[in-house]
Amino acid sequence: MGAIEGLTLGFSHALSLSNLGWALLGCFLGTAIGVLPGIGPALTIALLLPITFSVSATGAFILFCGIFYGAMYGGSTTSILLNTPGESGSIITALEGAKMARNGRAGPALATSAIGSFVAGTVGTIGIAFLGPIVVELALKLGPAEYFMLMVLCFVTVSAVLGGSALRGLTSLGFGLLLGLVGVDLQTGQPRLTFGVPELLDGVNVVLVAVALFAVGETLYLAWRYVEGPVEVRHVGSIMMSKSDWKRSFWPWIRGAGLGFPFGVMPAGGTEMPTMLSYFMERKLVRPEHEKEFGTTGAIEGVAGPEAANNAAAAGVLVPMLTLGLPTSATAAIMLSAFQSYGIQPGPLLFTTQADLVWTLIASLFIANVMLVVLNLPLVGLWARILKIPQPQLYAGILVFATIGTYGISNSVIDLVLLYGIGIIAMFMRRFDFPVAPVVIGMILGPMAEQAMRQALTISQGDWTVFVTRPISLVILLIAIAALAGPRLYAAWLRRMA
Amino acid sequence: MNASTARRGLHSGPDLAAALFVLGVGLLSLWQTVIIPTSPIYAQVGPKVVPYLVSACLVGLGIGLTTVAIRGGWSQDIEELQDAAPLNPRALGLLLAGLLANLVLIEPLGFTIAATAQFVLVAAAFGSRAFLRNLVIAFIVALSAYGLFVKGLGVNIGAGVVETLVFGDPG
Repeated sequence: MGAIEGLTLGFSHALSLSNLGWALLGCFLGTAIGVLPGIGPALTIALLLPITFSVSATGAFILFCGIFYGAMYGGSTTSILLNTPGESGSIITALEGAKMARNGRAGPALATSAIGSFVAGTVGTIGIAFLGPIVVELALKLGPAEYFMLMVLCFVTVSAVLGGSALRGLTSLGFGLLLGLVGVDLQTGQPRLTFGVPELLDGVNVVLVAVALFAVGETLYLAWRYVEGPVEVRHVGSIMMSKSDWKRSFWPWIRGAGLGFPFGVMPAGGTEMPTMLSYFMERKLVRPEHEKEFGTTGAIEGVAGPEAANNAAAAGVLVPMLTLGLPTSATAAIMLSAFQSYGIQPGPLLFTTQADLVWTLIASLFIANVMLVVLNLPLVGLWARILKIPQPQLYAGILVFATIGTYGISNSVIDLVLLYGIGIIAMFMRRFDFPVAPVVIGMILGPMAEQAMRQALTISQGDWTVFVTRPISLVILLIAIAALAGPRLYAAWLRRMA
Repeated sequence: MNASTARRGLHSGPDLAAALFVLGVGLLSLWQTVIIPTSPIYAQVGPKVVPYLVSACLVGLGIGLTTVAIRGGWSQDIEELQDAAPLNPRALGLLLAGLLANLVLIEPLGFTIAATAQFVLVAAAFGSRAFLRNLVIAFIVALSAYGLFVKGLGVNIGAGVVETLVFGDPG
């Protein structure tokens, strides 16, 4: 099915009252949790996973994607008004945005980031609709060996290429893979890594790990570094952008969106890199008369560009997730496990076997974008008020809901012990700068990778050379090795030159 | 030679502990892999292969991290960690006490009391001194969450003394 045909079908379903309702709920919830410090989309979707037992797949995924997009919009509000970026993608927004807010220009900063998010979200969603079917065509030619190599590539890029250190990123990944291995082996029925605890035979629950990493670990780390003092929320003021604000924002939006989307699509789903690149690009390209605003009073270009890049990259992440079943961010990984709980195998066949679901989802993304820009421009005062929830009660509340989300699964105190144990490990991971996202990705993608590997080896009758004799598999392997070794060789080469 | 290179050569205690922890996890999983019983069912690739691979990687990474830690560690090179506030033992202690209270109380006394105790302790960890007000907020939040989840969504989150009084016998 082509993109136009698909979108027609998608919109005809997405415009139904119940699907619009799910989208609105998702956008509202997503913006709220994006605004609130300490809660992100990965945690929220994880806590909502139990609804997959009672809500239709289409409704649930519209809700989840609304949350995913909404959190991007909400995150920028917090960076601008509070100068505390809630997620890595909005760190750059805080640079110029918070400075604009300090100079009484919070309104235009919020407006340019909301409209920029809309532009980029729309560009990104168009990208999904047109690129998706093409990737699917290619992906249908891949066998288990190629799939396994793609997953290896994904592991390498999310853990070793992004972030501070390959050593620490790969350690996080290893920890996630280990968690994914716990439980009964599906092919042979042998219990693995259960330490003789019967509760672990079913494996470690994804929700539990996500809550441990993103709620318990995060709160513990905040307490570790807690310094008493009042929190200052800047006033929003008028959100009207002047004519010059529009003119100065327009090209940064477009450039940011163009930069962000490819980064999201490649299995290197980080938002740090495109936002940073967009920031430096705008700083270079800014008209000389505005140059001194960068780093002083806050330049609107430095908010518009990175914010657009952030949203376009987030939209791009959905391409490998929907077409290949490869999650490249923690949130995408949790959504993947939602697909699994519906018994749907994400991957190239999704576009044919679940065409209704996929296209309704994509159409809903367009609708969500419109809803979000409406929710975020006139209602920005409401979100600013959410920021005034006192932090002690907010964090206390988050932990109460963390307990509900975990204890509700099986009513077992063992699960709570695991939750707090992994939470304490996550706190130390923050302290020692180990990234958290590879843990989630490793845990969810690990078992799928193992399955693909064993399938490939069963087909080849145990011959391990299958991974290097099949040309596509070899090429992907070489890319993975280059991604792992390339930056190090380059650095070594620079050192020799110096 | 600048300050950061001058400090090299001295090993970093905390980083070394983190590295040895990783090594320990690797060895632990290696031991768990060795004791996986050999499968009676024929499989081209048995259940042990991937656990061996992952364990071996973790042991290797642990050794790598230990080497880095002995050479001075990595924490000193990360600006964000250098600028961060020092350990707040009071806040962290109260928070951990909150988690422990929840863990110990939830089975004997039920969700509402456990969650209330946790809420008050966590709020205190983050500097709130309005204990009585927090107690009231916590009790209301916990009890209505219980009502919502158990009666509304049919998810059991642990009945106890208070829940039986308010909502009647669970069942």
